Order: sequence, then C-alpha cells, then structure tokens
Amino acid sequence: MFRFILKRLALLFPTVFGVVTLVFFMIALTPGDPARVMLGERASEKQLTELRQQLGLDKPLAQQYGLYLKRIVKLDFGRSIRSGQKVADDIRTYFPATIELTIFAMIIASLLGIWIGVLSATHKNTWIDVGSMMGALVGVSMPIFWLALVMIMIFSVGLDLFPTGSRMNVRFFFQPHTNFYLIDTFPYLFKGHPEYFLSALHHLVLPSVCLATIPLAIIARTTRSSLLEVLKQDYIKTVRSAGVKERRVIFRYALRNALLPVITVIGLQFGYLLSGAVLTETIFAWPGIGKWLYTAIQARDYPAVQGGIIVISTSFILINLLVDLLYSLINPKIRLS
Amino acid sequence: MSDLTKEKPFVSIENLQVQFKTRRGLVKAVRDISFSLEKGETLALVGESGCGKSVTAHSINQLIPMPPGEITGGKIFFRGRNLLEASAREMEAIRGQQITMIFQEPMTSLNPVFPIGDQIGEVFMTHQGMNRKEARKKAVELLDLVKIPSPEKRARDYPHQLSGGMRQRAMIAMALASPEPGLLIADEPTTALDVTIQAQILDLLKDLNKRVEMALLLITHDMGVVAETADKVVVMYAGRIMEQGLVKQIFANPSHPYTLGLLNSLPSNRKYRGAARLEAIEGNVPDLLTLGEGCPFANRCPYADGLCGENFPDKTVLGPDHLLYCHHHEAAAQGREA
Repeated sequence: MFRFILKRLALLFPTVFGVVTLVFFMIALTPGDPARVMLGERASEKQLTELRQQLGLDKPLAQQYGLYLKRIVKLDFGRSIRSGQKVADDIRTYFPATIELTIFAMIIASLLGIWIGVLSATHKNTWIDVGSMMGALVGVSMPIFWLALVMIMIFSVGLDLFPTGSRMNVRFFFQPHTNFYLIDTFPYLFKGHPEYFLSALHHLVLPSVCLATIPLAIIARTTRSSLLEVLKQDYIKTVRSAGVKERRVIFRYALRNALLPVITVIGLQFGYLLSGAVLTETIFAWPGIGKWLYTAIQARDYPAVQGGIIVISTSFILINLLVDLLYSLINPKIRLS
Repeated sequence: MSDLTKEKPFVSIENLQVQFKTRRGLVKAVRDISFSLEKGETLALVGESGCGKSVTAHSINQLIPMPPGEITGGKIFFRGRNLLEASAREMEAIRGQQITMIFQEPMTSLNPVFPIGDQIGEVFMTHQGMNRKEARKKAVELLDLVKIPSPEKRARDYPHQLSGGMRQRAMIAMALASPEPGLLIADEPTTALDVTIQAQILDLLKDLNKRVEMALLLITHDMGVVAETADKVVVMYAGRIMEQGLVKQIFANPSHPYTLGLLNSLPSNRKYRGAARLEAIEGNVPDLLTLGEGCPFANRCPYADGLCGENFPDKTVLGPDHLLYCHHHEAAAQGREA
C-alpha cells in the first residue's frame, strides 16, 4: 500500500510538468503582442519596450521558457500586471474561498446524491424512483445562472432567509489567516463570538446549494445505475440466501461495490467545480478564484492567468490522486496489482 | 388427517406451481412438481437449462424475484411446516441457518471487496448475534471443515486471491455456518470448475451430507454427477417432472423417453465405446410462453402421437419410489431393450 502511494506520488511530477509546459506555450502561441494588449493602443513605443523587457518578452522563446520554469519551481508566479500584487498572494486570497465553497457544495452533493441514488435503486420503478430521477434530470439541465438568480430572489430577497453577496457580514471585522473563513472564525466560537463563524456558514449556504445541483444530480444517477448493477450480482444473491437483512445487504455489501464509479464521478466533479464555479461566484459576488481568473483572462494579465491555471490544474491532479487512493482502499484488487 | 398419523418427510414439496409475468406473457416455469427428501439424503434435480430446476430450488427459500415471479400453488414443507405460510421475517431467520445455498459461479458469488472470513462470519453475526471476533474464529473453523489448508491465513484473503475450487469451498463453508444446517441447496455447484476440482467438491459435499446429517438438494444437468452423488433423482423438462426415482432405479431402468435421451447422450455411455458420434436429442426446448397443456416433450419425442400434444399424462407408478409421466412408456421401454 505504501509503495503504491509512493509510486502514484512520483507520477505526479511529470504530469504537473506537462501542465506547466502546456500553459506556457499556449499563452506564448496566443496571437497578438501581449505588451500592446496590456498597455492599450495609445502606449508609446518606449513604454512597450520597457514592459517587454520587464516581462522578458524580448528574449528568445526557449530562454523565456527556461526562466519561467526556474520561477515556477520556486513557486514564484510573478506580479499581476493589473493589480501589481504578487500572483501567489492573490491565489492565496482567492483560492481558499473557492475551495471552501466547493468542499461545502460537494459534501451536500455527495451525501444527498448517494442517498437519493440508493433510494431510487431500492425503490426501482416506483414513484420515488421516477420522481427523484426526474428531479435529477431537471437538476442537470437547469442553467446555473438562472437557478442562482431564482434562488436569490426567493430565499434572499423574498424570504430573507439567507444573505448573498459576500463571504461574511460586513459589520464583522476580522483578520483572516488562511482565508478559509470557517477555519479562521472557528476560534471565535470559543471566545464568545460565535456570530463570526455562523455568519460565514450562513453566507456559504446559498452559493454552495446552487453549485451542488449539477454534481448532485450526476452523483444520484450514477449511484442508482451502479447500485442496480451490483444488486444483480451473484454475491448479493449469496448474502440474501444467507438471510442477511435487506438493509445490511444494501448498505454494507452492495453500496461498497457500487461506490467505486461514484467516487470517480465525485472526484471529477470536484475538480470541475474548482475552476468552473465562475458563474456561481459571479452571481453571488463570491471572491473566488474562478471569478479572479476570468477577470485576469479578460485583462490579458498573463502572469495571473499562468499562475491560476497551474494551481487549478495541479489541484485537479491531486484530487485525482486522492480518488485513486480511495479506490484502492475500497477495492482490494487494485491495492495489490 | 394423514398429516397427523404419518410423520412428514424432512423436506417435501407438493404440487408446486410457479409462474412469471413477463412483458410477452405468462410463463409457467414450474408446474405441479412434487418430491421429498430426508436428512442425510441427496436428491438431484436434473434437466436442461430453463427447465425450472433452479426456480424450484429458489422457491424453497423464496428467493425468486417476486414480482415478476409468483408461487401460485402447492406446499413446501420443511421440518413439518409449510414455508409458503411463513412470514418474511421467519424466512429471513430460516435462510442461511436451516436452508442454505451454494451457487454455480464461485467466481462471482463472493463479494470482491471483503475478505472471505468476514463473509462467512457475517452469517454468524446475523443469526447468532456473535461479535466480529467470535464470528471470525468460527469462520476459520469452517474453512478447516471444508479442507482449506492454513485456514487462518486464508480467512484474511480476498476472493480474487483464491482459486475457483477454493472459492467454492468457501461458499460451502458459508452454507454450513449454522448450529443446525438442515437443507443445503447446491445450484450447479461444479459446472464452473474443472474436472478434477469437480470431483473434490462433490466428494466434499457427499462427505458433509453424511457427516453433518443434512439434506442436500443438488441441481445439475450432468447425469454423471447424479450417478456419483445422488440417492434420488427428479428429471425435469420444461417445468414438469418427467420421471423420478432412486438413482439405481433410474439408471437401471430408465423409462421415460426424455430420461433415455439424456442417458444416451452421455459420452461415458457404454455403447459409445469406439463410436464416432454422440446421439443427441433432436430439436429444441419449447417456448414456455406458447406451451399448451400437452406433454412438453412431445415435439422432440420419437414415440409421440396426437394424444401427447393434447393432455399431460397421469402418473405411472413403476416401483416403490419410481414414478413417471408418459403415455408411451411401455413402447419406450421396449425401444430401450432393442
């Protein structure tokens, strides 16, 4: 098992290297002069040359690539052209917001999705099954920008149940350390200020529910079909013929086998959300990396784009690694081969 | 009345009827099946695929999928009580304790994500309220009983680490995980195994049959297995019993044209010595959807006439336990002598 993990970790490096290289050349091959795009049409020739020098754009491509790699190894992504901030600092501010949102959304999607999937499979072809699968279909096909707006209208504007528009009540002032607000505000729970933590949690609900709809629907459908497949297997007949109670047959014997494809789906969805939460983040004014990266792309803020893509794709790879490890934990066949 | 005066056999099935509602129509999978079985005895249900032998067996512990399946008639007596009147909860207590099963495919019958010791132990945990540790100890004892070498180590193995024969032994161990195993239903237990392993598994079953004093219901399509293992035989075809009796009666005096056909198609049959071709029964098994009230074998039977297509023959008693259902068994018997 230990060797398996080591082997997988070793494989991480070439993959990340590939991503880093791809990101560099994709941006290098983009048509147009980055310096001119950044400075606008009225920039003088002197300003352009200065910026090119500053960015190293005047050097040959191979040399640029070498310098770039050297910087990346030191986790130095340069400074954002737009804000002048260090890209690494920006990422440290914005990425935790997205991770927090995504984790919260995926917890909702996984728990609810698996539960609905099991319910559908065990009540196959009843109204429970048909109803929840129709609901899942609606969940997948609903445009998220529309759903988000409707949810804000109902739960925020109409019923005034949930706040929208930031990560925290603006009246509360505190200095974030990790930028995971739930972690940062956790100590306040015991310092007589539970409202900090509760406010952070309260602000998380609407955007994460909204973000969870599509993964939830996909997870529910995958769980259902996978569980139905497993329930047809001989080994389920075996435990049934041994008189094991149906509940235990489902939850201990069938579900563990059925979860294998579900875990893959959860991992993939997790990865997509990390980068693909742009819409949700924009509508809920959530200061996450999706929105940040989107703005960076629009402004041709190349250092920011490079840094953002590298961080997101590396976390995607890490999540996949985690999925593989979980997989081998559940399936002994993979563990040994 | 006779129920009170005469003691019931250990297992007895009386006029069992099972049907399945399918999209294309009603399939009468089992029609009017009756047989009985005592402790320490082995009864073989023989027939081609789809003849209803598995459905009959699965009806006993009520593991046929309902719906679409439905037991529409008959009685299944086990230890003197009719299981068809038992509640779902009572059946759960009976399954895995008094009536246990092993299946055809040892490769797929064990859960791939749990060690076999845990799977065998599960039965003890379910029925006898043991904790994990006790159950595991019991599981090791059983693995030893079914002659798996170094059982303690093997109990921690996952199914894919065992050979087919070993897995089937593990399945048998699971079926014995009871203080009072009553009836073991073995659904083609050796079909998926190679020949030398087949013999070992059959020997093991036969040995346990006598040693543990349980009844063994063996489902097979292999007359060779029947000859080697069983005490009684029930020959089924398209949901009906064709002929039934003691093994020695059936092999010495096969009287139904279908039984004759089965025995004639055995490669080990004496008359094939030096022969180039096997004799097969002509034609195919009829579609159960369109099958009428006549003898289902009529379309393939060399002795069939108009009568056979119209109604199913009455029971003919040939000997103390030897029954058959055929209008033309005398002609068939003559044909056999010739």
